[in-house]
Amino acid sequence: MALTPERVEQRLRERFPEVPFERQEGSAVRDHTLYLPADRLVEVCTFLRDDSELQFALLSWVGGVDWLPREPRFEVVYHLLSIEHACRFVLKVRVPEAEPRVPSVTGVWPTANWHERETYDFYGIVFDGHPDLTRILLPDDWQGWPLRKDSPLGYQEVAFTHNTPGRSVPAPDLTRLKPKKVKYRAH
Amino acid sequence: MRTETMTLNMGPQHPSTHGVLRVVLELDGETVVRAKPIIGYLHTGMEKQAEYKTYTQSIPQTDRMDYLAPMSNNLGLCLAAEKLVGIEAPARAQAIRVLLTELTRISSHCVWLGTHALDIGAMTVFFYCFREREKVLSIYDQVCGARMTASYFRVGGLSADIPAGLLDRCQKFVDEMPAHADEYERLLSKNPIWLARTKGVAPLSAQQAIAMGATGPILRGSGVGWDLRKTEPYCGYDGYDFDVPVGANGDAYDRYMVRVQEIRQSTRISGQAIRKIRELGERGEYRLRDFKYVVPPKEEVKTSMEALIHHFKIVAHGFFPPVGEAYQAIEAPKGELGFYFVSDGTPRPWRMKVRAPSFVNLQTLPTMIEGRLVADVITAIGSLDIVLGEIDR
Repeated sequence: MALTPERVEQRLRERFPEVPFERQEGSAVRDHTLYLPADRLVEVCTFLRDDSELQFALLSWVGGVDWLPREPRFEVVYHLLSIEHACRFVLKVRVPEAEPRVPSVTGVWPTANWHERETYDFYGIVFDGHPDLTRILLPDDWQGWPLRKDSPLGYQEVAFTHNTPGRSVPAPDLTRLKPKKVKYRAH
Repeated sequence: MRTETMTLNMGPQHPSTHGVLRVVLELDGETVVRAKPIIGYLHTGMEKQAEYKTYTQSIPQTDRMDYLAPMSNNLGLCLAAEKLVGIEAPARAQAIRVLLTELTRISSHCVWLGTHALDIGAMTVFFYCFREREKVLSIYDQVCGARMTASYFRVGGLSADIPAGLLDRCQKFVDEMPAHADEYERLLSKNPIWLARTKGVAPLSAQQAIAMGATGPILRGSGVGWDLRKTEPYCGYDGYDFDVPVGANGDAYDRYMVRVQEIRQSTRISGQAIRKIRELGERGEYRLRDFKYVVPPKEEVKTSMEALIHHFKIVAHGFFPPVGEAYQAIEAPKGELGFYFVSDGTPRPWRMKVRAPSFVNLQTLPTMIEGRLVADVITAIGSLDIVLGEIDR
């Protein structure tokens, strides 16, 4: 019998009766999605990967969503794929703004490494236990978290030496540059 | 005698890194001890920008992600938006989509094969491959007026019907293509230099590939027959007859073989798609007639008040999807390309996330090359078939 997401949820509830799983409601939520608390994430993921009936061996991707002004503000989404049973399943973790921390699943799926770095890069969500949590797409010295909803889209002033405080070269004194005098002659 | 390793910076301006990939290599003589890919030089914040655009306005952005396969990217976005809204394009539009995305796969694989072979010293193949790629690009040109930035697909169908005479042209291409694939194979498949450079080089076991999230030809080269066109059919792919080529050893040669066979399979699918389109009519329905989400045909806009109103509403505001979210993956030439939309009910997505296959596949690079020779790094990067526009987005 083909594995269905409903069966996956049932299996999880059987195995972890004490974990408050919560199915995401909504008629247009097109993929079967389950919320779970962050502190049980690694345990549940390891079970999903190793259980012979489930075998979610491939983590398709990890991503973040910012729900400003909702609280808890962030969500981290995990899209899992079971090649063995041709089945997909979605896990979600809610993350509060005050302490944006989630345990890393790099120990379960090594592929999570870059996905979690990307989510950190975009949202500033810290993945505890990640081996190398640094910026990945943005420059290392970038300030702020660009995909947060309160981060501007652009149109900021471009940083040049003359408009950035702390740069060693002083701004050129434009008033000293006088236009050249040109004599015009009638031909 | 005291020895120490040397750190070498490869890229971001290096001809064989296929764009602006930078790899920091720690070398012990000619052996790679550690490798770390560094990316982000092409990051343009496409996911952020999508939050400020309507769904349709994001389509031109997707052309610029995997710029070697623009139609596949268009398709990924359109299918994800269609899944979110709950609509489906008409059968004829789907057949046209299949035809064009399979041609895209051929052209993308041609670029890959040409440049990969060029990287490791086989120059001739490049000229052969780019000849066929050019033909696909001229087909694009005829279809939508652009050679690279197609933006041809729309949510619910296509932006316009295919021009007259296109199918004959595609048919001619499909008839010729198997002979060209033979040509590529004659140049490489039994070439001793090619075998020496690719056989047993940059291996990846099936287990490693799955753990690293690799998809597409990388995963199939490692012996896992996972193809979304077969396992999660979209656009009516279950109605086409084709095989999924699979490798055995997971080395660079197997990935080469898988892609060359995929060129042949794509040719097969294209031929079937052309027949299907002809059955459904050389001209006909190319867009869904659900005017809450899809722009009405231009001819109707000129004569019908209702159509004019819908046209203006959709062009000016965009369509209003339900509150919810959807993820749809397609088998792009490079692997699983997925779009994830979160909608808050407004015409602009609350969040668009792109699952770019190259981004994930590139992660396997250190596994492939650590403990091997520097010259193999070039082969490994080439055999991954990455596009930095998609990795950095």
